Amino acid sequence: MLRQGIAAQKKSFATLAAEQLLPKKYGGRYTVTLIPGDGVGKEVTDSVVKIFENENIPIDWETIDISGLENTENVQRAVESLKRNKVGLKGIWHTPADQTGHGSLNVALRKQLDIFANVALFKSIPGVKTRLNNIDMVIIRENTEGEYSGLEHESVPGVVESLKIMTRAKSERIARFAFDFALKNNRKSVCAVHKANIMKLGDGLFRNTVNEIGANEYPELDVKNIIVDNASMQAVAKPHQFDVLVTPNLYGSILGNIGSALIGGPGLVPGANFGREYAVFEPGSRHVGLDIKGQNVANPTAMILSSTLMLRHLGLNAYADRISKATYDVISEGKSTTRDIGGSASTSEFTNAVIEKLAKL
Amino acid sequence: MFRQSIVKQSCRFLATKKQPSIGRYTGKPNPKTGKYTVSFIEGDGVGPEISKSVKAIFSAAKVPIEWESCDVSPIFVNGLTTIPDPAVASINKNLIALKGPLATPIGKGHRSLNLTLRKTFGLFANVRPAKSIEGYKTTYENVNLVLIRENTEGEYSGIEHVVAPGVVQSIKLITQDASERVIRYAFEYARAVDRSKVLVVHKSTIQRLADGLFVDVAKKLSSEYPDIELQTELLDNTVLKTVQHPEAYDDVVVVCPNLYGDILSDLNSGLSAGSLGLTPSANIGHTVSIFEAVHGSAPDIAGQNKANPTALLLSSVMMLNHMGLTEHADKIEKAVLTTIASDAKNRTGDLGGSASTSSFTDAVIERL
Repeated sequence: MLRQGIAAQKKSFATLAAEQLLPKKYGGRYTVTLIPGDGVGKEVTDSVVKIFENENIPIDWETIDISGLENTENVQRAVESLKRNKVGLKGIWHTPADQTGHGSLNVALRKQLDIFANVALFKSIPGVKTRLNNIDMVIIRENTEGEYSGLEHESVPGVVESLKIMTRAKSERIARFAFDFALKNNRKSVCAVHKANIMKLGDGLFRNTVNEIGANEYPELDVKNIIVDNASMQAVAKPHQFDVLVTPNLYGSILGNIGSALIGGPGLVPGANFGREYAVFEPGSRHVGLDIKGQNVANPTAMILSSTLMLRHLGLNAYADRISKATYDVISEGKSTTRDIGGSASTSEFTNAVIEKLAKL
Repeated sequence: MFRQSIVKQSCRFLATKKQPSIGRYTGKPNPKTGKYTVSFIEGDGVGPEISKSVKAIFSAAKVPIEWESCDVSPIFVNGLTTIPDPAVASINKNLIALKGPLATPIGKGHRSLNLTLRKTFGLFANVRPAKSIEGYKTTYENVNLVLIRENTEGEYSGIEHVVAPGVVQSIKLITQDASERVIRYAFEYARAVDRSKVLVVHKSTIQRLADGLFVDVAKKLSSEYPDIELQTELLDNTVLKTVQHPEAYDDVVVVCPNLYGDILSDLNSGLSAGSLGLTPSANIGHTVSIFEAVHGSAPDIAGQNKANPTALLLSSVMMLNHMGLTEHADKIEKAVLTTIASDAKNRTGDLGGSASTSSFTDAVIERL
């Protein structure tokens, strides 16, 4: 029933939280799952919590503080909490690169909640010194299949096969999501990133599906295609040509890191993951920051801006506008910025500057 | 004076004077003429024009090389894209080839010709240097990157199937043997070009077995190269840091599986030159090596005398170094780089200049 309702209004299910999918408010307040994650996650989510407190935002946090190093059963706690609350704010869990432990908990969470669409916003921020300015690019990345299928085996010793799975159904839904996003946000074009010249079936399916859906269902938008290696070269040299990019899983990660480097680093990129029922907001450039953990030097901007996306998702637009304005103002004034963008302020000093700015707005 | 200082700084652009011990050129000169024979695949689109430029410059520089033209227009044999026998014979005889851009016929079921060449001749390592050119300003400065890409398997295995309607599996194949030979080549290359580190780029947080095997092989091999430091880095971090601080990688030889190498090498070219128009590359096999410009065949400007021959020229410089003709290599490299650095009127349209292919070629010859 619910699903039928969504299918009927296809053009709105993806990007805007349909009324029936919003979490229930109890006593005028929302409960939101808060997952600090590893690395700098605790510090940057603390920053958000503090700002929300000062603004008296009607949100109660349900904190699930587990580490990516813990066993996979623990991720169930996060999944259950998100299933109850439907909305979460999350840092990044660390995944060790050796083969001793389990796979990525981040991927497990996304798959279990089927939050299939990752949105990351790469927009130049006034006051941040970068080589190129006025970048405004969105990457919409398929979050649940492709190279991240986790299906691998060693056929004989020394020979490993790793399966990349591409399906029409998941390509269709990420394509529709991207086109919906473009329409809602007054974007002009959606460009599919692929490697269909080599993976003719897998990436061919993705590219063709995006093309078909664009041509048949969204005639008002431009549909483009680009091969991933060319996209990477173009992105570092001439990023202004890009508007909304829609990508399979791995390419989204690569282009996202280029985008992040272009605008001044992972500390500035807001993001979110959407599924049919759940939305989890997390920095758009997924870096854990283990090396600067606990030093109070991380830039909380990505997490703060992600939290404003969350406020908009909940319909609390006025709060979102205030917080993002204050954050941008503090950065453009340049007096209390963190060291990743050339300043010397600590995480908490930056947070306090945002709070002071909010008091004057 | 100014020019001299540029010449000094910009020499050793390709830094391949010493050669790795693997994949060495074993060809001998023709005893009658004293010249080496090189197979020349001129390619499609702008290929013939830029090839003409290379030939003119080589004869002006008196390089002891005879070209043997080679047509690789693909044919189907038992349903497989295949290179014609005469071309295969030529390359197998000469052990070395220079190659312009090839257009893969679209929609005819052809496997990429480049891929076919790599498989036919066992070209397991793709070497891609990307270095800023002194005097030609781009967005990024002091880029000096070297990347070696596994060239035969990985995501390019070509094994794909539709398991059910609308469900496709593509297999990424990583084997110990192929990983070992490319990583070993990377260590040898690092030694030859005096870089102190080999950096393995991987995504073993996600592809734990496949990329895990690649990383493991590197760790095992590293004990044979105590003079070279082995580092490993997650693909995400390499991308992020290379774009933010390309200069941090100027003492590193990066080695990675096929797809990451494909993407990163083009990204590197974007950083060093803003395009593929200045990027040389080498495809190394145990016996045969093919040097190629990696840019496309640019059919839109073909035959108009507009194309930039630099990528093919620098590839030919890598080739000369590989053959041990280092003096000729140095001479041509200097002439090309100083021509680009000298003035916008000596640069082709893709670099914002006004030169034609032939006027650029003449300017290079003048500097020889």
